Amino acid sequence: MSKDTDTRPRAVSERGRARVDTEAGDLKLVNVTKRFGDFAAVKDLTLTIPQGSFFALLGASGCGKTTTLRMVSGLEEPTAGRVLLGDHDVTRLRPYKRPVNTVFQNYALFPHLTIAENIAFGLKRRGVKDIKKPVQDMLDLIELSHIGARKPNQLSGGQQQRVALGRALINRPQVLLLDEPLGALDLKLRRQMQIELKRIQTEVGLTFVHVTHDQEEAMTMADTIAVMNMGRIEQLGSPTDLYENPKTTFVANFLGQSNLLPGKVAGPVGEHLQVVLEDGTRVLIPAARNRAGGEEVIVGVRPEKVSIHSSAEDVPDGHNVLAGGVVTDTSFVGVSTQYVVKGPYCDEFGVFVQNDGALIHRPGSEVVVSWDPSQGFGLDGKQDIDAGAEADLEAGS
Amino acid sequence: MAVVNWFRKHVIAIVAFLIFFFLLVPNFVVVWMSFNKPSGKYNVKWEKFSFDAWKNPLDDGILHDPLMLSLEIALLATLVATVLGTMIAFAIVRHSFKGRGFVNSVLFLPMAAPEIVMGTTLLALFLNTFGVSFLGFKSILIAHIMFCVSYVVITVKSRLNGMDPMLEKAAQDLYATPWQTFWRVTFPLVAPGIGAAALLSFALSFDDFIITEMTAGNSVTFPYWIWNAVQKGIPPQVNVIGSLMLIITLAGIAVAEVPKWLKTSKAH
Repeated sequence: MSKDTDTRPRAVSERGRARVDTEAGDLKLVNVTKRFGDFAAVKDLTLTIPQGSFFALLGASGCGKTTTLRMVSGLEEPTAGRVLLGDHDVTRLRPYKRPVNTVFQNYALFPHLTIAENIAFGLKRRGVKDIKKPVQDMLDLIELSHIGARKPNQLSGGQQQRVALGRALINRPQVLLLDEPLGALDLKLRRQMQIELKRIQTEVGLTFVHVTHDQEEAMTMADTIAVMNMGRIEQLGSPTDLYENPKTTFVANFLGQSNLLPGKVAGPVGEHLQVVLEDGTRVLIPAARNRAGGEEVIVGVRPEKVSIHSSAEDVPDGHNVLAGGVVTDTSFVGVSTQYVVKGPYCDEFGVFVQNDGALIHRPGSEVVVSWDPSQGFGLDGKQDIDAGAEADLEAGS
Repeated sequence: MAVVNWFRKHVIAIVAFLIFFFLLVPNFVVVWMSFNKPSGKYNVKWEKFSFDAWKNPLDDGILHDPLMLSLEIALLATLVATVLGTMIAFAIVRHSFKGRGFVNSVLFLPMAAPEIVMGTTLLALFLNTFGVSFLGFKSILIAHIMFCVSYVVITVKSRLNGMDPMLEKAAQDLYATPWQTFWRVTFPLVAPGIGAAALLSFALSFDDFIITEMTAGNSVTFPYWIWNAVQKGIPPQVNVIGSLMLIITLAGIAVAEVPKWLKTSKAH
């Protein structure tokens, strides 16, 4: 166990004290495991969420993200491991004793209380006096002052969502947990609330931990995302980091789309590695973005980084080139055109081309695809190449 | 043709009216006959309007004892059955324990079994365990609690099942102790179910005849007294008490519903 989690009182210098204080609100999960009978929902999870950050736990249903959240709120108790808020071990603390509040998936507003009473609930239970002003301020913040006397069932979905947020925020918890908070809203409202949530988080500066299966939602709002799969964290990082440089095929497939081509490393070429694909084509990947330790490697590239050409002559210099493909599907979606290309290298190679007025290739056309080698990445060749692709479909994104 | 069209247009209203008429007419007859002044012992034929029965509702005290006994038993049985039944309902819905399915089906028995069977069985039980002197207030009370509990459990259980379990978790998350969670969230939400169960228990106990008759010994409850009286003559006071019950019930409904109704009509 590290020094940070030592609960003994200790003498600290002024500088030492300052350091401890800035760490006081960090949420730490240390070797946390949760089993339900034989099933391990969360497996030996260790994670530090810095105070004031907007953190997302992203994964398909059943990956353990909600269980993790509930162990932080206290609604589930870990089978093993510890949960710490700063230096304070809260692992066995009852939920009503934790400085943590949750915005529940279906809001769980109290139907017998008015909006104002719902918002005041936490303050009243803690015996706070003079709750009138904070409740009014919160109603103003969530822009529902005019309907504070109504009951939850008289409100729209978006309004209920804001009440759920206000009811949790008013307590100024050290950590605010959001359990798929936007799942029940329609697309337009969801976009609006995403921006709203991010704004409120920046304003109040609390730690937000957001659980979602929606990768776009996680990318829009979070500073840091942890992609979870089967009770473990697959990868943790900033949205750009995860997207541009995925560590596993699961992350590459779950977060957006990826073209993944298995091959073998032939050797280094400057800052790149040369890879021989299964059909014999040679391509380059940046050596710094290669996660494969051995010879077997999976070359990955995002569809929007790929360009499509009628003939090999049009390919810019230095690009990786895959020739001999035929367009099998073309869908024009306005801002872009999405192609599926079948070639000797891959049966379904995706290409997204921005609508810059260029020729649209119809199904049946012979095409050459290419990309800048610096935009590719390499993954360990020993894993399931389709991992995460189904989870992504399930998640509906 | 016009008549046919009119009929078509209003057929649902007409059927509804007939159903309500059919349901409510006996109640009106009860109230109406309470103002009768019968010439003989039987208050079954309308003769003359009078307030006599209303001025002397207990028929010079003859009705006092049976009525009080029935009220006392109904109130006590309601209280005990409601508390007990509510606790059983919580146990069945909230906890999984060995024999939960068994408890669930046993609770249906008093409702499913014919009353006459329950009555004779209880009589045999009381006679064999406590002897004949036990029959009376205590035996009636125990019998009434027994059958009321089933109805309470069913009513409260359905209310509890309809309640979102996340609400209690949300309360805990918002600093409510288990005690506060129960009194601030669970109870207010289940209360309408408990109230309905209590009303049902009271009504079932107050007018129960068959089981009571079997287990009463020498005690005489109100329904039992009426049944006996039929052979000698029914005074209009019986109608007065029936009317009073009706008025009390209507008043109770009014107290519960009118504020709600006023609120919604104001909102629109």
